[in-house]
Amino acid sequence: MVGPGRSRCCAPSSAGRAMNCRAEVLEVSVEGRQVEEAMLAVLHTILLHRSTGKFHYKKEGTYSIGTVGTQDVDCDFIDFAYVRVSSEELDRALRKAVGEFKDALRGSGSDGMGQISLEFYQKKKSRWPFSDECIPWELWTIKVNVVNLANEQERQICREKVGEKLCEKIINIVEVMNRHEYLPKMPTQSEVDNVFDTSLKDVQPYLYKISYQITDSLGTSVTTTMRRLIKDTLAL
Amino acid sequence: MDTDLSSQDRKDLDKFIKFFALKTVQVIVQARLGEKICTRSSSSPTGSDWFNLAIKDIPEVTHEAKKALAGQLPAVGRSMCVEISLKTSEGDSMELEIWCLEMNEKCDKEIKVSYTVYNRLSLLLKSLLAITRVTPAYRLSRKQGHEYVILYRIYFGEVQLSGLGEGFQTVRVGTVGTPVGTITLSCAYRINLAFMSTRQFERTPPIMGIIIDHFVDRPYPSSSPMHPCNYRAGEDNGAVYPSVEDSQEVCTTSFSTSPPSQLSSSRLSYQPAALGVGSADMGYPVLFAGGLNAAHPHQLIGPGKEGGVPPVPSQPTHGTQADQERMCTPLDGVHYSAATPSSSEDTETVSNSSEGKCGSPHDLLETIFIRKVGAFVNKPINQVTMANLDIPFAMFAPKNVELEDNDPMVNPPESPETESPLQGSLHSEGSSGSSTGNTHDDFVMIDFKPAFSKDDILPMDLGTFYREFQNPPQLSSLSIDIGAQSMAEDLDSLPEKLAVHEKNVKEFDAFVETLQ
Repeated sequence: MVGPGRSRCCAPSSAGRAMNCRAEVLEVSVEGRQVEEAMLAVLHTILLHRSTGKFHYKKEGTYSIGTVGTQDVDCDFIDFAYVRVSSEELDRALRKAVGEFKDALRGSGSDGMGQISLEFYQKKKSRWPFSDECIPWELWTIKVNVVNLANEQERQICREKVGEKLCEKIINIVEVMNRHEYLPKMPTQSEVDNVFDTSLKDVQPYLYKISYQITDSLGTSVTTTMRRLIKDTLAL
Repeated sequence: MDTDLSSQDRKDLDKFIKFFALKTVQVIVQARLGEKICTRSSSSPTGSDWFNLAIKDIPEVTHEAKKALAGQLPAVGRSMCVEISLKTSEGDSMELEIWCLEMNEKCDKEIKVSYTVYNRLSLLLKSLLAITRVTPAYRLSRKQGHEYVILYRIYFGEVQLSGLGEGFQTVRVGTVGTPVGTITLSCAYRINLAFMSTRQFERTPPIMGIIIDHFVDRPYPSSSPMHPCNYRAGEDNGAVYPSVEDSQEVCTTSFSTSPPSQLSSSRLSYQPAALGVGSADMGYPVLFAGGLNAAHPHQLIGPGKEGGVPPVPSQPTHGTQADQERMCTPLDGVHYSAATPSSSEDTETVSNSSEGKCGSPHDLLETIFIRKVGAFVNKPINQVTMANLDIPFAMFAPKNVELEDNDPMVNPPESPETESPLQGSLHSEGSSGSSTGNTHDDFVMIDFKPAFSKDDILPMDLGTFYREFQNPPQLSSLSIDIGAQSMAEDLDSLPEKLAVHEKNVKEFDAFVETLQ
């Protein structure tokens, strides 16, 4: 499980999961070498919308916000370009997660089908001895189907088709973002770490975590949340 | 609840909408420059980045946008539109996209201006950044250069979508509700690029020639052709681009984290900037070229290097003398009236130099008209080696019949006389020993002289002996007359022979015993 640099983990809240969390599912079929770029394109586009500048709190309860820069990224294996936040730390974190997902997809027992999830959550402090709750408020799931292509001509067609598909996905993401549905309200200085990931030095995304599942050939999903289950039982 | 907007909120809202419109134009135009955009994040607020996004301001673009708006804001029936079109080196142009910033009457009275509206406008700009890379014109703009360029035009008023061709598609970037109306940002883009796919715009000049033939319906009548633009910055720096006074207004936003009831204490403070951000380092050289057509869009080709353009004060340079006179008029005064959208079209064509990226269009014209003659045709064959021969492979036919007698293959030279007797004997053996009695023309008859013989006088001499016994008669058993007998007869006679032999078995056995 990859997430922001906070070491403290929180137990998932089953109640919160049902209530406020909106879930969006995107599906893509890509060639093996396109997995990384396709995932990065989608995740970066989502995080572009879910990141703000760094908050600087002043006296009297006011704060000012830093500036978010953007940059264009060209894909090598897809006829596609996307915009991401200019933050090397964020890019590294996403690349690490996507790299693990890609390796897991390639691994044995995998039919080339899997999904990667980006979850935005809020922390809710609980009294001792209970640990903080993680309440997700938005969940993006990208289902990936890896295809194998026979020759170069098919690969060229795949480059273009996947590029067009990703354009559609970006439009879908933007559509969801602009519904202006629930967003956590802006926190006070003491609460900011419960809403935002303040560990990055140049931007401030909402608290997020990335997880993935690989569907093995039996159709059952071997999840990486095994650890999470164990932690759940230990936490209680 | 107080539904009327306070004057401060109203002022803030107007300011937001105005700068949102300007930033929208910047994002769209910069996305069509043909190069990758990169801006840096900054953790400490500089106070000059509207909507907390690092979007650079190209002064010319801001100038054009302000000119188009002329102090007004998008309102119902008055939309701000950015038209992106493509112009080939031949002068043909085609509208690719229309980006519309519209306002409708649906108001959200309860929304907080300085907080929610501002943040949502920021989100909408991020969406615009994402969507501008997704429409087909982005890929076209990344490949612009010699064959075609991408132009932009800003106008205010009614949206004109007729130039997009049939079946254009619309993508909605997003909406933000405000107390005075709902802001909508959308893009209508052409999909009928059938005769102008992105592949055809790769840098292969001969193909361009074929494409030009497909331009049957020209969007602009040929009576008002576009003038070729100068792609290079001129040397003489005449007029400097008029600086825009309030384009770089600083926005220092501070938000309150107090509960909503105390939100009125939050304030936006902005100060007029002495120096705008980016105006010093954003020296895109800009050229004006004259244009007859009222609908002359602005042409933008970004600098060749990303972010490394040396500041060059932009100034008008002219292709022709006649253009120069026309040039002055738009520069001096802005004729724009909001009531008539058609007159808002600018009469100047702005082009950015791209440091060698675009050559003179005339070079291209020469290369366009290369016609392909046909496959494998190099030039007419002037020489024919055997022109008068109708037969195939005539060159391999014997050229002179007379020479045949001299052909060594046909007439071998005479073989020399043998000197040694042994050679002679070998010779005669070959000739006389043949059972068929063939004598080759090449062989010459010589007398037979056996070795060690005295002379041939006596009848029973060695030579005579040799001759007599050279040709002994064949054995009778070996002389099989094949013609008389056939296999079938042999087989038929076999059983009789076997019967005879079986009768004489005892004799054979006795014979065998004597041998043992």
